[in-house]
Amino acid sequence: MATLEVDLVATDGKIWSGTARQVIAPAGDGEMGILAGHQPVLTVLKPGEIRVYPPEGGEVLRWTVDGGFLSFDANQATIVVDEVVEPTTSRAGH
Amino acid sequence: MAGLQRVYKQRIKSTQSLKKMFRAQELIAASRIGKARDRVSMAAPYSRAITRAVSAVATHSNVTHPFLVERTDTKRVAVLLIASDRGMAGAYSASVIRETERLIERLEREGKTVSLYVSGRRAVSFYSFRGRELAGQWQGHSDAPSTEVAGEIAEALLDAFRAPADEGGIAEVHVVYTHFVNMVTQNPRVIRLLPLEVVEGVTPPDDAETLPLYEFEPEPAVVLDALLPRYVRSRIYACLLQAAASELAARQRAMHTATENAEDLIRMYTRLANQARQGEITQEISEIVSGADALASAS
Repeated sequence: MATLEVDLVATDGKIWSGTARQVIAPAGDGEMGILAGHQPVLTVLKPGEIRVYPPEGGEVLRWTVDGGFLSFDANQATIVVDEVVEPTTSRAGH
Repeated sequence: MAGLQRVYKQRIKSTQSLKKMFRAQELIAASRIGKARDRVSMAAPYSRAITRAVSAVATHSNVTHPFLVERTDTKRVAVLLIASDRGMAGAYSASVIRETERLIERLEREGKTVSLYVSGRRAVSFYSFRGRELAGQWQGHSDAPSTEVAGEIAEALLDAFRAPADEGGIAEVHVVYTHFVNMVTQNPRVIRLLPLEVVEGVTPPDDAETLPLYEFEPEPAVVLDALLPRYVRSRIYACLLQAAASELAARQRAMHTATENAEDLIRMYTRLANQARQGEITQEISEIVSGADALASAS
């Protein structure tokens, strides 16, 4: 299965990086899902939830963020956020 | 004579307690500097990502943005000075203030009016003592700046930059801070933050890779509008972090020198005290001997 590299970066440091099957982020006009091989895109993010699906199909990683932007090129997604409000990973499946 | 000895003893004691204080400051600075440098490197991924994104938008679309063009309607410029909250850091604050004064002089020679934004208690008191008006001031965070403070500063500067000319709008923003080269060298540095020196200066150094053709969502102008304030904030945050690391390094070095000087002083005073004691003894002996002589010759 095709995977993509993800970097989640906040103002004061890198929060998470690794490979993923799919990333879903709250883009300006609705949620945007990114799979491997998506065309290069640069989008503004609204406050909302970022979801990262691990390649093996394990538990979905979630973060609630208060805005930022996402750039994707060469199979590398860089999600830049102002601040992670809360890592919601722990209460997945609510 | 006995008085002299006591004076030296007192000096030795007070210098010893000063030395303890200097040593403590040195150790505190040394323990914090590692954290400060970590913060500098932790902020790097963010600023790299944002720089890349800004240059991607700027190269692939023909949008212009108020932050990218020179303003000609006002002669007012802003200078942001980043100094420390506390002293005991040698010439750290003094040299960055001197650099600022030089910059202000140059700008005023060019016929511009300077409004001053200051971060750090030392610099604030420097200017309020001289009765200069400050357009903005921030204190109490100089050795561990937070992103919130960087955000506040950026907000104030951007508001002033967006404001119309008759409401105190500014045409340029300059930042004076101390760049951390290594533990021994920190240099005061001046950068022009706004209007952004576009694209060429902003493009990441690895120009071998060409930036791919992005699709902008929702559209380039909106993306740029969201990116540029963040870019400015991240630049200011980076400057604050550099300044914090420099401050701690300067403090560590200054306090190390102070400790050594205190040791020298203690050594010198100990010698002088010994000399005084010896002199006293010699004097007493000669007094006794001459007294005995006088008695012997009298009998």
